[in-house]
Amino acid sequence: MSEAVVETHGLSKSYGDKAALRGLELNVPRGSIYGFLGRNGAGKTTTMKLLLGMLRPDAGEFSLFGETVSSEASSVAARRRIGFVSEGKDLYSFMTVGQVIRFTRPFFPGWRRELEDRYLQLFRLPLNQSIMKLSRGMRTQLMILLAMARGAELLVMDEPTSGLDPIMTEEVLQALADLAAGENVTIFFSSHQLAEVEQICDHVCLIDDGQKVLDGVLDDLKSQYRRIVLVFDAAAPAGLAGLKGVDHLRRSGRTASLLAHADVEGIVAEARNFAPLSVDVYPVTLKELFFDHVRGQ
Amino acid sequence: MHLRVHFSSGVPIYLQLMEQIKHAVETGAVRTGEQLPTIRKVAEDLAMNPNTVARAYRELEREGVIEVRHGSGAFVAEVGTGPKTAAIAQASVELRRAIEAGAMLGLSEPELRRVFEKELSRITGDDGEVVSGSVNGSAGGSEPGGSGERSSG
Repeated sequence: MSEAVVETHGLSKSYGDKAALRGLELNVPRGSIYGFLGRNGAGKTTTMKLLLGMLRPDAGEFSLFGETVSSEASSVAARRRIGFVSEGKDLYSFMTVGQVIRFTRPFFPGWRRELEDRYLQLFRLPLNQSIMKLSRGMRTQLMILLAMARGAELLVMDEPTSGLDPIMTEEVLQALADLAAGENVTIFFSSHQLAEVEQICDHVCLIDDGQKVLDGVLDDLKSQYRRIVLVFDAAAPAGLAGLKGVDHLRRSGRTASLLAHADVEGIVAEARNFAPLSVDVYPVTLKELFFDHVRGQ
Repeated sequence: MHLRVHFSSGVPIYLQLMEQIKHAVETGAVRTGEQLPTIRKVAEDLAMNPNTVARAYRELEREGVIEVRHGSGAFVAEVGTGPKTAAIAQASVELRRAIEAGAMLGLSEPELRRVFEKELSRITGDDGEVVSGSVNGSAGGSEPGGSGERSSG
C-alpha cells in the first residue's frame, strides 16, 4: 500500500443529538482517484468539511499528507496543498473568467502558468465572459483550473459533475484522468453517479450512516465479489441463512441470491446440500455492491 | 488498436483492457515491436483511471505480451509462438460445428449464446482463473423458472 494522503481514525461528528459520523476510518492512497460514495445524509459532506477544516471533529483524528492535523496551524498548512471543487457556486460571480484568474494568481507563489494555459485550452473557457453567465459545467471547469494552477496536491471534489450534461461530464472526467496521470494528484471525489465513479475511480469507499461499509480497489472488489443465484423447485429454503461467509442473502419465491467475497466455491458446495435445481455464479457490479451494502442492511 | 471498456460490467476493468490488447496482438492488429499508446493517452481517450491502465500494462508485461521500456513506452513483445491466427482459425471451425449442432436441436440464437457463455464460465472464471464446479448443468440447457438474475459479463 502506498503512502496515505488522507487518513482518518475514529472520526466522529454530531449535530445536536444527530450523529453524522460514527468512527469513520479512511485511507486514501497517494495518486488515487478515490470515489467516496453514500446516500444523502450518509456523512459525505461532513467528512469533506472536517478534512477542509470547516468543522472540528467531536472525536477521532485525521492526518493529511502524513501529518496529523491537530491544531489550527497544521490545518492551515495542509489546506494550502488542497484544492476544493464544488459545483462552482462559490466563485465571485461579478468577475469575468480572466479577472478571477488574475485575481487568484498572486495569492499563490507556486502558481503554474502552464497548467492555467492548458486547462483554459482544454475547457475552451471564454476569458471575457462573466462568471454569472457561465454554464454550470464551465464553472466547475473553472474551479478545477483555479485549484490545479495553484499547485494543489489533493483535490477534494464534492459532486463535481452534478447537473452537467454528458459531454461536459466526460470533459471533466478526462481532465481528472489527465491530472492523475500527469501530475500525480490525488483526487477525493464524492458522487452519486455510480457510472462515473466506475469509470474514473480506482479506489472506492462506501459509507452509510456515518460509517464505512466497504472500501478497496474497485477492480479487486469486482474480482472478489460474486453473486450466487440458486433456483429451487419449491420456495427457497430458510436454512440458507445459516450458510457461512455469505455477505448478503435475498430470498424471493423459488430463487435465492447470495453475495459473497471469499471462498465462493466453498459456499457453492454448501449450498448444493439444499438441492437447488440450478446454481449460477455471476460477477458483481458496483451498483449491486452499493445496493446490497446500503439498502440491504 | 481500438480499445473499449464496459465500465459498469462486473468484470475488472484492467482485465478487460488486457483481453483486448491480447486479442489485438493475436489477430495481428498490433504487431511485434509496435508501440502501444501511452498510459496517459489511453486514460485520457477513455476518460478512465490511469492507475488501472498501468495495472493492465504491468500484468501484460508480466505475462510477456508487451515490453515496457522506460522513457520510451510499451511495445508488443516478441511472442515465442507468433500470433495465434492458426489456433483461432481452427477453434472457429470447431465452434461452428457445435453451433450448427445446437441449431439442429432447435435452439435459438440467444439460447445458443447462453449455453456458450455458461459453458465458457464453467471452464474459466470471469477473472480468467478456473472456477471449477461454479455452474451446475443439471437443467441441460433450458433454465427452469428463468427468474435468476443476470449480469452482463
